Amino acid sequence: MKLPEDVSERAKSVGVEFNPEKRAASFLQIDQNSSVYNWIEGVEVMSIRDAIEKYDWVKDYMWKIVKRDRDEYTKMTAEDFNGYFIRALPDSKIDIPVEACLYLRRVKAQKVYNLVIAEEGSELNIISGCTSHPNSAGMHIGVSEFFVKKGAKLTFTMIHNWQPDIEVRPRSGVVVEEGGVFVSNYVLLSPVKYVESYPVAYLNKNARASFTSLIVAYEGSKIDVGNHVILREKSSADIISRAISKGGTVVSRGRITGEGSGCRGHLECRGLMLKEGTILAIPELEAKHPNVDLSHEAAVGKIAEEEIFYLMARGLSRDEATSAIIRGFLDVEIKGLPEFLKREIEKAVEMVGEDLM
Amino acid sequence: MESLRVINLGVEAGRKRILENVNLYIKNGQTFILFGPNGSGKSSLLSAIIGHPNYRIVKGRITFRGEDITNLSTDERVKRGIGIAFQNPPRVSGVKLIDMLRFCAKTAGLSGEEAEKRIEECAKIMEMEDMLDRPLNEGFSGGEVKRSELLQLMILNPDFLMLDEPDSGVDLENISIVGNAIKKLLERDKKDRKKSGLIITHTGHILDYVDADYGVVLFDGRISCIGDPYEILEHVRRYGYEACIKKCLEERRC
Repeated sequence: MKLPEDVSERAKSVGVEFNPEKRAASFLQIDQNSSVYNWIEGVEVMSIRDAIEKYDWVKDYMWKIVKRDRDEYTKMTAEDFNGYFIRALPDSKIDIPVEACLYLRRVKAQKVYNLVIAEEGSELNIISGCTSHPNSAGMHIGVSEFFVKKGAKLTFTMIHNWQPDIEVRPRSGVVVEEGGVFVSNYVLLSPVKYVESYPVAYLNKNARASFTSLIVAYEGSKIDVGNHVILREKSSADIISRAISKGGTVVSRGRITGEGSGCRGHLECRGLMLKEGTILAIPELEAKHPNVDLSHEAAVGKIAEEEIFYLMARGLSRDEATSAIIRGFLDVEIKGLPEFLKREIEKAVEMVGEDLM
Repeated sequence: MESLRVINLGVEAGRKRILENVNLYIKNGQTFILFGPNGSGKSSLLSAIIGHPNYRIVKGRITFRGEDITNLSTDERVKRGIGIAFQNPPRVSGVKLIDMLRFCAKTAGLSGEEAEKRIEECAKIMEMEDMLDRPLNEGFSGGEVKRSELLQLMILNPDFLMLDEPDSGVDLENISIVGNAIKKLLERDKKDRKKSGLIITHTGHILDYVDADYGVVLFDGRISCIGDPYEILEHVRRYGYEACIKKCLEERRC
């Protein structure tokens, strides 16, 4: 397939490959128009519009976790949407990732509804990149619902690379059935006007989930993100976030609700102030059962002068030392992230370090 | 010939004067032991020589191989061949030991395979192979911190080394690794040596491994005694610092 060069450049920055050797399938949506490339068996990828036509049962899943009338944005989306439908068939284990790219080019508001189903015993990795055309302005509303069935494993890595005039309002919900695993990674290291995202995940018996987010807020950016996890019997979850303010505002939320016996949840929220801005960390633990194990740690600060000096005593300049520490701050072991995406993140982080000087 | 010179040095930390008229003259190949009671300014002197921003030089100067380095930044001093092993280095949670060793290699002019090979060799000597991927100093034991500091210096390969209590809090098992590493770093195993050093020790254990040339006693921010390090150690052990200095003054060695 051939993409316009400028679109392809931006798409690459959020991990899109369009390469059958590196991807199981590829879904691209520019504004409201989608195209699909499905390279291997065991996983179904199509537009949600096609899925609704093909399968009667698709409607039974839709709007079950994220309610249609939740707010004005979900209502707006419900009226007219396109998006992806990705489904791993029962017991199929798909190692190489399925990629999905949502590209905002000309429209004022891109409205997306995505449905992901990992059927019983399946394993599926998705890389989702959201980006917008250079100098574009507008709004991206993405409703996503994830169903991880019994014993299935789903990893979902989302990289955002927006423009300073874009508003982003994802609305996501996740249900993980018994013994299922859900791994979510969210990376946002470039300027954006506004992001508001607070996915809710329900974990059933013995299910596990981890949520990792890496956020940099530049001047003029307001990023209000977090996760709410509801833990049922013997389920467990970790929420890890690293937030940097380079003049912008980050609200880093995390809420773990322990409802079932023997559940375990941990929240780790760390913030780094590089410039005058705001970081508001709101870790919340809610216990609704006597036998729960919930904990959190939160810390916000600047780079310690002692650490910079220590690195300088090994020959690094002040700038090199600072950027090494920032790189280290964002170096969370992200599961399921392809090598070159790790490099993309490193590059972005290095630029943060350079911008600082 | 000349390695490090400290000339009439006065240093302040905060608003407090902590060093007064300190003079030191260390030649290539010489190792000095720095003695002194707690709070006498030993670590402050090392900090001032390496250029720690909290230690302000208000008087005098420091030269290295004849060049005035008083106003150079820490990294510039290190690039000229000065190295330091800290007593209590900070934890740097996002930076792994291996990252730090690569920084050291880069400063030493090593790159690529050459650097990796050198790191591997030295890590083996210091028995740190299993700790390379650990965040720097996070959860390191006392002995591990000392070994890590020396490992970094082995890669950095400086010409003038400052070691702040490399033998404190080191158990018997570690002391021979640490002692032998320092002996090698300072070329005390060679006749024709170029490396020079300044070592702070309380216990004196390091003297079992390093046959230092001179001992100096820092007392109340001043150098109060210069002499044979073994004699000084013995005297301090028996009679304490004040008696040692008194004896020193009587013999007019200062």
